[in-house]
Amino acid sequence: MNISNHMKLSFPSISTNEGFSRAAICAFILPLNPTVAEVADIKTAVSEAVTNAIVHAYPKEPGTVYIDAKITDDRRVIIKIRDTGIGIEDVQQAMEPLFTTSTDERAGLGFAVMQSFSDRVRVRSAVGKGTTVTLEKIIHSAYDEE
Amino acid sequence: MVDLTYSNGALTARLYGEIDHHIAPRIRSEIDMKCESLRPAVLILDFKAVSFMDSSGIGLIMGRYRCITLLGGRMEVVNIPPTLAKIFTLSGIESLGVMK
Repeated sequence: MNISNHMKLSFPSISTNEGFSRAAICAFILPLNPTVAEVADIKTAVSEAVTNAIVHAYPKEPGTVYIDAKITDDRRVIIKIRDTGIGIEDVQQAMEPLFTTSTDERAGLGFAVMQSFSDRVRVRSAVGKGTTVTLEKIIHSAYDEE
Repeated sequence: MVDLTYSNGALTARLYGEIDHHIAPRIRSEIDMKCESLRPAVLILDFKAVSFMDSSGIGLIMGRYRCITLLGGRMEVVNIPPTLAKIFTLSGIESLGVMK
């Protein structure tokens, strides 16, 4: 599997950057001619992961959120959303639908949405070191570009 | 964000643009302020002009449902664009019986 394109972003964990990260990912995958539904899926999954980092990773003061996105030559999009924040004690529990530690009207559906809107979701986390969420999705071609 | 109009006991909130964790709290406070002062019999959330929504929008809907129910009113969710159908289905909001 060869990487045909690659980009990296980093930004402070402030909520205005949720929209920025969606727009950036959207622009990055556009050369693959994704369908409207595929764009919506990736934007939604990225928005959930970035929002999680912004809401949970840095409770005291804003830290940095890193995005590393790759496109492979078999049209797979691999997006890593990483923080160096407090980490998640129990990843399995955090991924359960409706589980939330937030009191701010969060639905607790973040990971459920990521799982339903991507082909694959991996979460690695260490307490005190941070969390990396990896989202993968194949963009099917509307036209055969051979 | 949101335009609010009131007529004959119905408060209509026309949401527009992108709904995420950044914008949801502002929409929430605008709707709640009007709900508390007008005490509408029905709160209508109109999603026709919403171009993007993540689970923050689901939290927003569930919170408004609790709020209007406590005030003795009911809620309707209308004009869900096809691009948002998937997140609405996933959320289970359909089971509240508010989707028209």
